[in-house]
Amino acid sequence: MINLPLLPIILPFLFAILLLFFKENVRIQRALTLVGVIISLIASFYLLVTVKTEGVLAVTLGSWPAPFGIAMVSDMFSALLVTTTLLITLFVVVYSFTAIGEERERFFYYPAILFMVTGVNGAFTTGDIFNMFVFFEVLLIASYLLIVLGGEKKQLRESIKYILVNVVSSALFVITIAYLYSVVGTLNMADISVKIAEVGQPGIITVIAVLMLIVFGVKGAIFPLYFWLPGSYAAPPVPVLALFGALLTKVGVYAIMRTYTLFFIHNVGVTHEILMVVSVLTVIVGCIGALAYFDLKQIIIYNIVIAVGVILFGAAQMNEAGISGAIFYLVHDMLIKGALFLLIGIIIYVTGTSNLRKMGGLMKTHAPLGWFYLIAAFGLAGIPPLSGFIGKLLIAQGAFEAGNIWGSIIILASSLIVLLSVIRIFIYAFWGEPMELPKTKRKPYARMMLPTIVLVVLSVLYGVGTEWLIPYVTDATDVLLQPSIYIDAVLK
Amino acid sequence: MELVMAILIGVLFTAAVYLILSRSLLKIIIGTGLLSHGAHLLILTMGGLGGLAPPVISKSVTDFADPLPQALILTAIVISFGVTAFMLVMAYRAYAVHKTDDMNQLKGNDEHD
Repeated sequence: MINLPLLPIILPFLFAILLLFFKENVRIQRALTLVGVIISLIASFYLLVTVKTEGVLAVTLGSWPAPFGIAMVSDMFSALLVTTTLLITLFVVVYSFTAIGEERERFFYYPAILFMVTGVNGAFTTGDIFNMFVFFEVLLIASYLLIVLGGEKKQLRESIKYILVNVVSSALFVITIAYLYSVVGTLNMADISVKIAEVGQPGIITVIAVLMLIVFGVKGAIFPLYFWLPGSYAAPPVPVLALFGALLTKVGVYAIMRTYTLFFIHNVGVTHEILMVVSVLTVIVGCIGALAYFDLKQIIIYNIVIAVGVILFGAAQMNEAGISGAIFYLVHDMLIKGALFLLIGIIIYVTGTSNLRKMGGLMKTHAPLGWFYLIAAFGLAGIPPLSGFIGKLLIAQGAFEAGNIWGSIIILASSLIVLLSVIRIFIYAFWGEPMELPKTKRKPYARMMLPTIVLVVLSVLYGVGTEWLIPYVTDATDVLLQPSIYIDAVLK
Repeated sequence: MELVMAILIGVLFTAAVYLILSRSLLKIIIGTGLLSHGAHLLILTMGGLGGLAPPVISKSVTDFADPLPQALILTAIVISFGVTAFMLVMAYRAYAVHKTDDMNQLKGNDEHD
């Protein structure tokens, strides 16, 4: 199985194309999407196990020798993210069966999801910087479709801004690649790393590093480039929001982590210091936003910004605890953000509003929803033994080891604000006097609860089963901290 | 030759930024088009302008130009073409629904939904 790293990319792509032939038949669409995602998920688990036993897998397309052909590289870090991506897609797809509505299902909703997953997995797997740009475009174009699908007034207005911001940042990406190519003369990421190490990172490479931070920072929503995120993400319906919140910003975070551990490691005093300051500011700004709103969607959306800051703060430490904490937290955040968005989707369905002031007393009528929301909220804040704890612990440990005391204190304090912001939802929506609820059917509620509960339980298992995951995360950390493993696997 | 290209790219970027900062939706889209043109020319220039040398390797050719930037530009052009077409359609839909193409009136807050 030499082409194993390609399977999680090609399988969703194949099924997306198949789906285009059954535009009107919603049943076949649903069945095919489910089958496609499950097969891809099995392939990605197989990939994960193979990478664990055999180390980094590299494929060069068309068998062109390594620095010339396009390389696809599956190390443990990318394999973990690919698997998590497919896992979340599975739950969001099942949730969409009830939540998204037939009009959207008839208009290429599922193909768009699968194309987006193709792009996301491709961006995680690719070992070629220009190919990464291409996969970014694949996922962006699919996300343009998803964000505007339905054509509501608000969606049209917000998606123009979303597209504009991303087009400008894509142009910047091309410009950055052009500069990088003119300096190192190669596009293969392993080869770029070798070439930069040979010249010892002169000033121009540091400039390119900051440019890359800007390019990926726009996608990953770091301070001060997160401005587009709250408005745009609030426009589409909840299942799309869950996909975007769980996957899209994480691609930007992945790209920053990859480039900042593989390319720009010879002038850490400048590049990683900038990354660290920016990530702390991101956390602070996210905290302010999360407390400022009385809108369910906005509160959780600002929590995305906080999480991005926390992950990048861990990555900026460049020591074992910091990086492995960042990886733990990245996977945790994908799971828990998916779960939280699905949960608030159900709250919005039940109450008919996303305004906290118009809710109350849901605990009396929808107790399971309340309990699972509470578990997810605690998980997000990182209360042990739930999933957010170990990541934040390691990140704080890494920061103390690296001597960044103030930053780690801010990160730890932000956990309290995260807890406050999500518990505020719990208090307003579930406690107090029951408000009059609009008449909703019980059956869709139960159908939406099912995938959500499984996802919450998975996130709890992720926290409780940390012990078993440590070997995988250690492998991923090793590859990030020792670029030679990655380089040797690609260039052989 | 590189200097001329650099000035040209600079002019394209300037015009693009000016247009993107304007209020009319159509001008903004034209601006993004100019921006990607500038980026594509930048790749071409950064790869080194090869003069008359052909971008192929064969036994009879000793002096050859780098073929990679041209392949990259081709990919980037196709992508920006597709995205621009999509944006134009969306801008038209937004204009039809909102009855305006002035970005000031598309700021949007919840009261106007």
